[in-house]
Amino acid sequence: MAQPEDLVYSKEHEWAKVDGDSATIGVTDYAQNALGDIVYVELPKVGARIAQFANVGVIESVKAVSDLYTPISGEVVEVNEALENDPAAVNRDPYGAGWLLKVKVSDPNEIKSLLSAADYEKIAADAG
Amino acid sequence: MRRTALYDEHARAGARIVPFADFEMPVQYEGILKEHDAVRHRAGLFDLSHMGQFWLTGDMVAPWADTLTVNAVGTMKPLQARYNLFCNEGGGTHDDTIFYRLEEGWLLVVNASNAEKMWKHLNAHLPPTGVALENRHGTRALIAIQGPRSVEMLQAHADVDLGSMRYYFCREGHVNGVPAVIARTGYTGEDGFELFVDAEEAPGLWKALLSEHAAEGLVACGLGARDVLRLEAGMPLYGHELTEAITPVQAGLKWALKLDKPEFVGKDALALQLDLDRYSRIVGLVMDGRAPAREGYTVWLDGRNVGSIRSGSIAPSVGNKNVATALVAPEAATDGTRLGVEIRGVTQAATVVPLPFYKRAK
Repeated sequence: MAQPEDLVYSKEHEWAKVDGDSATIGVTDYAQNALGDIVYVELPKVGARIAQFANVGVIESVKAVSDLYTPISGEVVEVNEALENDPAAVNRDPYGAGWLLKVKVSDPNEIKSLLSAADYEKIAADAG
Repeated sequence: MRRTALYDEHARAGARIVPFADFEMPVQYEGILKEHDAVRHRAGLFDLSHMGQFWLTGDMVAPWADTLTVNAVGTMKPLQARYNLFCNEGGGTHDDTIFYRLEEGWLLVVNASNAEKMWKHLNAHLPPTGVALENRHGTRALIAIQGPRSVEMLQAHADVDLGSMRYYFCREGHVNGVPAVIARTGYTGEDGFELFVDAEEAPGLWKALLSEHAAEGLVACGLGARDVLRLEAGMPLYGHELTEAITPVQAGLKWALKLDKPEFVGKDALALQLDLDRYSRIVGLVMDGRAPAREGYTVWLDGRNVGSIRSGSIAPSVGNKNVATALVAPEAATDGTRLGVEIRGVTQAATVVPLPFYKRAK
């Protein structure tokens, strides 16, 4: 799957869609495929302040527990509660219904430290 | 790192390969949950050629093996298979195995992770005469077909009547013309067969079974699905529910102990452990919540650390609940007991339940 062009990416295989001072965050198609069948997602609480590249939760597949990192700092304004009953949405639609959380961006400059779709594609290709 | 005769088939199919017991083995093909579903409802094909196969011959095999194992070997009928365990002097488990009594000798199948240890163990205890050992680890292949449709799928290829073969029995025959020991054994909780063949015959057989039964839903399965299937079926996995420190008694395998045998390695320790009845033991747990319990997590009862998780997984055949096995103190082992499992610093509620979690409809 090609990486959507309108997103920015982290080396840890997360994406962010920035819209004004709001950002939606998820994991990439490469990440969901590498994890395998996702069975549980643990997300931060709404209102939590999270710092760029900090560990903010976990994603668990049948076999493994993986840490989730935020590509961008901010205050958590919404988490995808549908994943509680349907964590497989992350596998099916990592850039859509499988989004993880939304933050109010605290430092828009951080976006410059993230990767374009083309640059991330190289990292994913090397990793996989 | 070693490869089984089927490695190229796994690689060609795009399987995800992981190191396991010194072999490069497929952990999944299309996905663990899809493969699990195929075995529960149709059938799945597994490469188990990494498991140790030892060939035992001679007049003294049965009486000798009876001194090293907890279950009875001497009472096995021709073409019978029997689960058995080798223990250390303290009663801890050296390996859990299956003996197959064939026409000309005995096939002993040991865990891949224990194959080297077991080969040394058997040789160290070899009597002066009457027993000959041959190590076929890696030179013979093992293909398992498991699932409710495995009889009809395999029958088209086999020259023995599979329907009349009883569970834990075997026959020597042919599959697609290839000489095979065909055993009605498995590690999934479903009906199925295990096929012991020469390694060079394995790829042809693997390809024929998969291609001819793909339309009926036969899929290649990896070790990931196998682990979920065996956990649901309450079957121990060496290194988890059984170790050199965990006895068959603790693992709930009392049924496999033949304490009326005159002597065997570990007998006194196991008899004493049963008698005192103070041992920590393996229990089944069903989690209340959605967070999976994983190996090593601490188990709590009323604020006391009473043990730890040994295996855990989501269980599609148990209502998609999270299930686990735990080794816990006796006071925490009664069915219905409410326990806490510590997951990333938070205690999550769980209930002790009888094993197995899943039993197929007969």
